[in-house]
Amino acid sequence: MNYQVNEKGYYGEFGGAWIPEMMYTNIDELKRRYLEIIESSEFKGEFDQLLKDYVGRPSPLYFASRLSEHYGSKIYLKREDLNHTGSHKLNNTIGQILLAQKLGKTRIIAETGAGQHGVATATVCALKGVQCIVYMGALDVSRQAPNVKKMKMLGAEVIPVHSGNKTLKDATNEAMRDWINNPVDTHYIIGSVVGPHPYPDMVARFQSVISAEMKKQLLEQTGSEFPTRVLACVGGGSNAAGAFYHFLDDEQVELIGIEAAGKGVDTDETAATLSVGSPGVLHSSKTMLMQTDDGQIVEPYSISAGLDYPGIGPMHANLHKTGRAKFLAATDEEVLQAVLLLTQKEGIIPALESAHALAALDKIDMKPDDVNVINLSGSGNKDMETYLNYFGY
Amino acid sequence: MNNRINTLFEKKTNNILSVYFTAGFPNLNDTVKIIQELEKNGVDLIEVGMPFSDPTADGPTIQKSSELALKNGMSLNLLFEQLKTIRKSVSIPLVIMGYFNPVYQYGVKAFCEKCNEIGIDGAILPDLPLDEFEAEYSSTFEANNLHNILLITPQTSEARIRQIDAACSGFIYMVSSSSTTGAGKKVEDFQKDYFERIKNMKLKNPTVIGFGISDNATFANACKYAHGAIIGSAFVSSFNADRKIEKTVTQFVKNILSPA
Repeated sequence: MNYQVNEKGYYGEFGGAWIPEMMYTNIDELKRRYLEIIESSEFKGEFDQLLKDYVGRPSPLYFASRLSEHYGSKIYLKREDLNHTGSHKLNNTIGQILLAQKLGKTRIIAETGAGQHGVATATVCALKGVQCIVYMGALDVSRQAPNVKKMKMLGAEVIPVHSGNKTLKDATNEAMRDWINNPVDTHYIIGSVVGPHPYPDMVARFQSVISAEMKKQLLEQTGSEFPTRVLACVGGGSNAAGAFYHFLDDEQVELIGIEAAGKGVDTDETAATLSVGSPGVLHSSKTMLMQTDDGQIVEPYSISAGLDYPGIGPMHANLHKTGRAKFLAATDEEVLQAVLLLTQKEGIIPALESAHALAALDKIDMKPDDVNVINLSGSGNKDMETYLNYFGY
Repeated sequence: MNNRINTLFEKKTNNILSVYFTAGFPNLNDTVKIIQELEKNGVDLIEVGMPFSDPTADGPTIQKSSELALKNGMSLNLLFEQLKTIRKSVSIPLVIMGYFNPVYQYGVKAFCEKCNEIGIDGAILPDLPLDEFEAEYSSTFEANNLHNILLITPQTSEARIRQIDAACSGFIYMVSSSSTTGAGKKVEDFQKDYFERIKNMKLKNPTVIGFGISDNATFANACKYAHGAIIGSAFVSSFNADRKIEKTVTQFVKNILSPA
């Protein structure tokens, strides 16, 4: 089976470009030019150089011995938290800023939830000297204050969005409105594998460096490039897309995505789209959505601002539908326990988002010789306030 | 099959006034009353907005009215219920405008059939793009005598405008959005060039200009270049809790049709 996007921008029945005509010219230009640009040797040279010298790649693949002992199975952590700016998000923004410059765009807009993508976008805009505007839900502005300050210090304008639930979905709506109103000079750096084609494929390609490195590092460390399974958290799903990408056709490798259950998938306060959702169209993509029978989008909930999204990338909707990947959900409570466990077993404080993948270790059967790779997508620095309040240190 | 939109453009070729309102706003059950009053005051065509939780192509006014309408309890099912007997009292063309997802959940075929049954003449679904419409839905629309009204913008290329004109029926919705003011040109000059360019293309469909039309001057200017113009946000924001619907509509339409 083919799990990649087809020429019409679909992954199975999911994806496409359900855009209003006002976005057509920009999306059409991207669609026509993205592959030619990002596959050119000039682009690849610049991209790889920046990933190495600026982002700090390759990120280590770390054998977590005390955590492995705890679970009685071999656990490796792909340390995306050690990237510059503290998460995998920079892989994508580096790619997109280079692309935007090739397209002659001089103004960058982005949406952000936890602020990691906002910081990663503000960072590359500072690096290239380009104007940067970041839309962020007003609730997220208040719960992710350090990242807001970082973006401002980097020279970005942060615009709080007061509509809807004041979170990631609403920030995305507002960024799309900005692009509709500024169709000529602006490039929209979407932070995840969501939105109209070609974004899901383009972002997945930029993030695929994660699984490319995993294969090389696993071969060196274990003698085989194929682990038993790869685990990654999923909101929109960009870190999971990157971690799964080069394993999609290696059917012997189990792929597990972990969504945010919030207070539980059987409560109204959840963001586990695949557990409670149905097919629909949001943010210009046909995918699985949390919605009412009338087709109105339901406000999601998660303790983690980065997973607080009522949809999911169309690639993951298809991996779910075809059964190629398995999707689980972890509650806020389980996630916080997983944060503490990793912190005290390995001396690594993970981001709330990434800890969803760690929490899944309690939910799966692992044999002693299994090789489990967890994509540790981000650092917990941005979540210290939440941790300190919860754990009472 | 006769469609009221075609009949309208056959008998009237300029100064067509089309008004948009959000169903369920300001009050849940104002829908029929607003439609009746708009017709009574001389409006030619009405766009009934079905609210959506995430109106990405709309500005703050329609975002707010949509949010309130949903809070009031509006849904596509209820809207169809409210419009069930609308053709007993209203004869001007009615178009449903909204986002694709509620229609998709209702079922596109069921939606088109319901529109036909009630006497809805067209639909404007901005996030149902041309290629998806042509591949999946155009025959269903046609079978139900429902026009799919497509949009063009200042950025739409000539080749694509021709393609849209071929696939579209009823009229073409010309988005006036002049946010891009090419090489040092003023907004008005840029817009004038765009309006004239479209006028000179002599499209098969009539054109109606929308976005940024709010008073007699902007209405009259748009009508110089197109068959008519659409007013949305300005009408929606004219509602005021203290005033009756009759008075609001009468006053608003009067202001649009007569110079200040």
